[in-house]
Amino acid sequence: MKKISIKVNGENRFVHVEPNDILLDVLRDKLGVKSPKSGCERGDCGACAVLINGESVRSCLVFAIECDGMDVRSIEGLSENGLSDLQESFIKHNSFQCGFCAPGTIISAAELLKENPKPSREEIQEAIAGNLCRCTGYESIIEAIEDVIEKK
Amino acid sequence: MAISHEFEYIKPKTIEETLEFLDKYKEKAKILAGGTDLAVWIKEDMIKPEVVIDIKGIESLKSIVFDNNILTIGALTTFSSLIRNKEIKKYFEVFWEAATTVASVGIRNRATVAGNICSAVPSLDSGPALMVYDAFVTVKCKSGQRDILITDWFIGPKKTSLKPNELLISISLVLPNGKSGSCYKKLGRYKGEDLAQSGIGVLVLENKKYRISYCAVGPVPIRAKKIEAFLDGKDLSENTIKEAQKLVEQEISPISDIRSSKEYRMQISKVMLERALKIAESRQKGELVHSEPIL
Repeated sequence: MKKISIKVNGENRFVHVEPNDILLDVLRDKLGVKSPKSGCERGDCGACAVLINGESVRSCLVFAIECDGMDVRSIEGLSENGLSDLQESFIKHNSFQCGFCAPGTIISAAELLKENPKPSREEIQEAIAGNLCRCTGYESIIEAIEDVIEKK
Repeated sequence: MAISHEFEYIKPKTIEETLEFLDKYKEKAKILAGGTDLAVWIKEDMIKPEVVIDIKGIESLKSIVFDNNILTIGALTTFSSLIRNKEIKKYFEVFWEAATTVASVGIRNRATVAGNICSAVPSLDSGPALMVYDAFVTVKCKSGQRDILITDWFIGPKKTSLKPNELLISISLVLPNGKSGSCYKKLGRYKGEDLAQSGIGVLVLENKKYRISYCAVGPVPIRAKKIEAFLDGKDLSENTIKEAQKLVEQEISPISDIRSSKEYRMQISKVMLERALKIAESRQKGELVHSEPIL
């Protein structure tokens, strides 16, 4: 066991981890952060996406021990002051049904809008290409993101 | 998903320290950079390293330098940092274009080009780009350093000429003199993240010289030398391209798997040759050509 320090959604947290502990499991089971989901467990589906130092990653493919001293953010950390514009827009456009993919998809969309505030439809599609959704057919997700851009 | 296999985790700060560890543990150690392959392989019990050496603490491996027509990228260069680099986009378009087709943003933020060639799966998108630029790989071990030509690097699916006590330091691409144009074409099952069923990189140089490389249609990425020799000095007329397409069967050896059949891979690889040649030629003339994905 090694004690590591991770800034989780703005709060400094200490946690004991083994080298083979995966970040996703540590977030969910040891730190109580439940928005990242366990989906494919091999980096294909995007349900576990979180931001590490501002960049989206697949938390199912990161060893928690790698994150010592780093800033990890999930959508809980994007909505500290109430729901973000993206979250509101996802609700308005019915952009999820079961909701399993939504936290990861919003993480990807948030990263896109931070780097590129006025993305084209194609750029939106590319940004969320690694977030699989089996309910919506993606149209309502893209519309929700476009709606946020138009309001800016 | 909990991992049952236990290992030790080491995060050295220097290359020298890393080489000491590699010398001590050799094949019992695995290098961790982005981990997008390594974590999957450990999870699925495909590999069981005793020691995992995380090299992300070594700052000197993060550099991208373009000097004297040679582009050298450090072992920690991620696909995302490659895509953000304007010089790579301008001078090594096929490399840049291939990087944009790798998996998804969340993978590209972590995955490194060095990791891609160390994993050496046959469908690796970075293969053709490195092949057409006559890339070489610089590796170090405790007793010294050597350069390995990219054509000697791949020796089989998931097999490279890197020795267990060696660390990949950097990959260098050589930009030929004169005006060039290039293109990467990838066949996926859909637009968005997918592995290549066939991939082709084409580089068109001055004096009608052509360099062509395929991935995903053989055990390792290859340079299509027979096609290159046939096209040498020729204009890309419809007839010439038709003749060149016939040679594809002598160059590649696709297999059937879950993603497509060998017959389809063979057929589409011919189509991709024509499209990639035409786009690379237009780009050499200075035209801005957007390369649509093949679906």
